[in-house]
Amino acid sequence: MNFNLSEEQQMIMEMVKEYADGVLKPRARKVDESGEMPWENIRQMAEMDLMGIPIPEEYGGAGLDFTTWAMVGEEISRACTTTGAVFGADMLCIYPIYFFGNEEQKKKYLVPLAKGEVVGAFGLTEPNAGSDAGNVRTRAVDAGDHYLLNGSKVFITNAGEADIYVIIANMDINKGARGLTAFIVEKDTPGFEIGKNEKKMAYSSLPNRELIFTDCKVPKENLLGKEKRGFRVALETLGVGRIGMGIGAVGLAQAALDEALEYSKVRVQFGKPISSFELIQAMLADMATEVDASRLLVLRAAFLKDQGIPYEKEAAMAKLFASETAMRATTKAVQIHGGYGYTKEYTVERLMREAKLFEIVEGTSEIQRLVIANHLLR
Amino acid sequence: MNIIVCIKQVPDTTDVKIHPETNTLIRDGVKSIVNPFDANALEAALQLKEAVGGKVTAITMGPSQAIDILREAVAMGIDDAVLLSDRAFAGADTLATAYTLAMGIRKIGDYDLIIGGKQAIDGDTAQVGPGIAEQLGIPQVTYAKHMKMDDGMLLVERMLEDGYEVIKTALPVLVTVVKQINEPRYPSLRGLLAAKKKEITVWNAADIGADEKRTGLAGSPTRVVSIFTPQRNTKAVMLEGEPEKAVETLAEVITKLNI
Repeated sequence: MNFNLSEEQQMIMEMVKEYADGVLKPRARKVDESGEMPWENIRQMAEMDLMGIPIPEEYGGAGLDFTTWAMVGEEISRACTTTGAVFGADMLCIYPIYFFGNEEQKKKYLVPLAKGEVVGAFGLTEPNAGSDAGNVRTRAVDAGDHYLLNGSKVFITNAGEADIYVIIANMDINKGARGLTAFIVEKDTPGFEIGKNEKKMAYSSLPNRELIFTDCKVPKENLLGKEKRGFRVALETLGVGRIGMGIGAVGLAQAALDEALEYSKVRVQFGKPISSFELIQAMLADMATEVDASRLLVLRAAFLKDQGIPYEKEAAMAKLFASETAMRATTKAVQIHGGYGYTKEYTVERLMREAKLFEIVEGTSEIQRLVIANHLLR
Repeated sequence: MNIIVCIKQVPDTTDVKIHPETNTLIRDGVKSIVNPFDANALEAALQLKEAVGGKVTAITMGPSQAIDILREAVAMGIDDAVLLSDRAFAGADTLATAYTLAMGIRKIGDYDLIIGGKQAIDGDTAQVGPGIAEQLGIPQVTYAKHMKMDDGMLLVERMLEDGYEVIKTALPVLVTVVKQINEPRYPSLRGLLAAKKKEITVWNAADIGADEKRTGLAGSPTRVVSIFTPQRNTKAVMLEGEPEKAVETLAEVITKLNI
């Protein structure tokens, strides 16, 4: 077992940390308050080759692995949670095209995505298909020289800003998950509309919009994988999503710990910095331990994925523990800040609101527990 | 268009601490970086290359570890890098440094434009850039805050205290840049990985045909007699008591000092 970074990873992380602290972090509040997609950050990250880290160089990526992608993702999320979320959601479109796409699809769609020239989105969730992903009602019909899509998606991250969408539709509603089929849909396809943006508890600058398909004509060559094999596309993508959400939660929790630690050293009560009080120290110690444990769980899942070893259980554990750690750590960070932590002057109240998202998206904590239990009881 | 960028490795001054007893810089553990103005020079060169095509070569003079900043320059996207390194170069002042770099640049040959930062953040002399131009016998434009190619000529906006001067010059020319000219890019991952493998040319005094009497300490008329932190003879007086009284006392003090 080796926990050391490779020489390459050390160089990359040094650069990414410098960028995260020097550029992303100072902009984070403005990004959150702007209500707009952080395009400036995304364009810079694209120039730095950060958008397609695990994709081979021949397809516009950096030719590295998911472990490195995850480590970079943590730094981005730590510095700017919104940018981290765009970065994570983008991979949910990049990865299925890489894994299931044919050569033409990779040339046409993967290359610009991996280079970061365009951003992607992944459309699975529907009003009545959340945890019950097999209940997708968006219909896809073979109409001869094209497919016709009808239905709608909700909460789709990056929607409206993305140029390329991987959409899970159903070709046989009676068969449930076994009718699911994946398609690549371009933004300007006739019959494809972007609906309203959700107003959320946090992440007001992260686009989460509806997708509406009305007799949307998708060319035959945009079938991703095979007909009625879309459930596998969804599962593979959700695996990457768990690593992405897990590491996003780790970055967020680390940011909460950093803020709390810094504040505890400068906040004086009873004539001493509050960091000298043991009840504060206990909170800091618990936060640090849980953040570290979360990070190791996520990196293990990524490592297994890189090795081609099944990692569903480990990814579910990582996503579950990291999300709940983020919730606990941000709650403690607000507590350590006291009354000021409850105000908008400080970052921790935002982190606490943002943390809640992680327990819900990409499989709720309840679904993760079911996945883990299913593995245990096999 | 062939562009040569002169860069220097300097200690990261935001990181430097002063030893409380000896008043000297504590260099241990201090990160070495590309002189920030030279990073602007690299960015300016890359932008010109992107606009009109060509090749960018970075050159530095220094000990073998100075190769790190050349790798950083490669990671940013430059094409080639040259390190001038020789014991005979050690202890050089700005004259000897300018001579040595000029000899290195002659050896690279075939250049249209030489760019450097306006000065280094350690020595702060701003002499090496102009010195190189003199050694090479080419024109120089200092403190550039904008430049672009215009019909085979270089159009430079030169920063002055109360405005800017526009200069149109033929090539070859040496330009030094201020930080306002651009925002240096971060290296890309692919650049970073390529830089690790990049073969960096290293030349010694003989390679560049340098006269050793003109390099290093031997070629440096400047002598550093001593370096010290100036004594600060300021002392603060706290005026206490009622504000009216304190204002009176303050007014008296100011009057006495003829301010």
